[in-house]
Amino acid sequence: MSEAQELWRLGMMAGMGRTSFATALGGETEIVGPGRVRMRLPYSEKLIGNPDTGVVHGGVITGFLDQSCGMAIGSTLKEPRSFATLDLRIDYMKPAKPNKDIFFEGECLKIAHDVAFARARAYQDTIEDPVAIATATFMFTGDARLPFGAR
Amino acid sequence: MELLERSARAGEKPDIAELIAAVPYCRHLGITGRREGDRIVLEMPFGDQLIGNPILPALHGGVIGLMLETATLATVVWETGATALPKPVDITVDYLRSGRPVTSFARARIARQGRRVVNVHAEMWQEDEARPIAALRGHFLIQMSGPRDT
Repeated sequence: MSEAQELWRLGMMAGMGRTSFATALGGETEIVGPGRVRMRLPYSEKLIGNPDTGVVHGGVITGFLDQSCGMAIGSTLKEPRSFATLDLRIDYMKPAKPNKDIFFEGECLKIAHDVAFARARAYQDTIEDPVAIATATFMFTGDARLPFGAR
Repeated sequence: MELLERSARAGEKPDIAELIAAVPYCRHLGITGRREGDRIVLEMPFGDQLIGNPILPALHGGVIGLMLETATLATVVWETGATALPKPVDITVDYLRSGRPVTSFARARIARQGRRVVNVHAEMWQEDEARPIAALRGHFLIQMSGPRDT
């Protein structure tokens, strides 16, 4: 990968990690390796979905799983391409514990001509004991003028 | 959930507006719920914190999943009289159209209700209910009042 490509890739990751959705909730992003990203979501009161238990809303988990899948795809692209989520499947293994960070690790599985495949896991203590797992497919939308993944 | 137990004891349907208002994350996104005849409709005004792609701009895929999931939860407690919020087991979201920066709506229906699990379908739309922007299918565990029969 050339230096220019690497700079573009880093810029894209910084941009994607700063979607209004993610930053409004306090999420942070780091690149683990090619095709692999990790996001951290600190616990906060506004994330609560069940006021009795303080458990984070399932939709927040959905949002960050979706984003980490998209970023994993974006991190492998050698040139700017926009893409949109086609479908997202989530299995909720157990409730996230209140007052603890949630981590999201996304992994790109395959970039094909028109579509791309990714998976992601949400966890708190270890990735082997996930809170939820996701499988997502994306479609390239063909507008290369967009600097990072479109949704 | 106290609100759900109270309405179950009184033999009444829960107040959907009150239920949605009690969920912090729904308040954060400005989601409100209301009854329209025999169904529940959720409404979400557009806001900057909902954006996933700032250039189009388009709604974040996660916000769409969240709205559909919330419509599902509200409809399930309304239809079944469950005394706790249903627990999601799995969901699949199909993204049909780009979510534009305008007010969005969502509704759900129970496709099949078992004693412990329900299968739910939900749709989200913006100007035209006949042109949904996303659809959800999912399974949720429910907890009913009274002795467990399973």
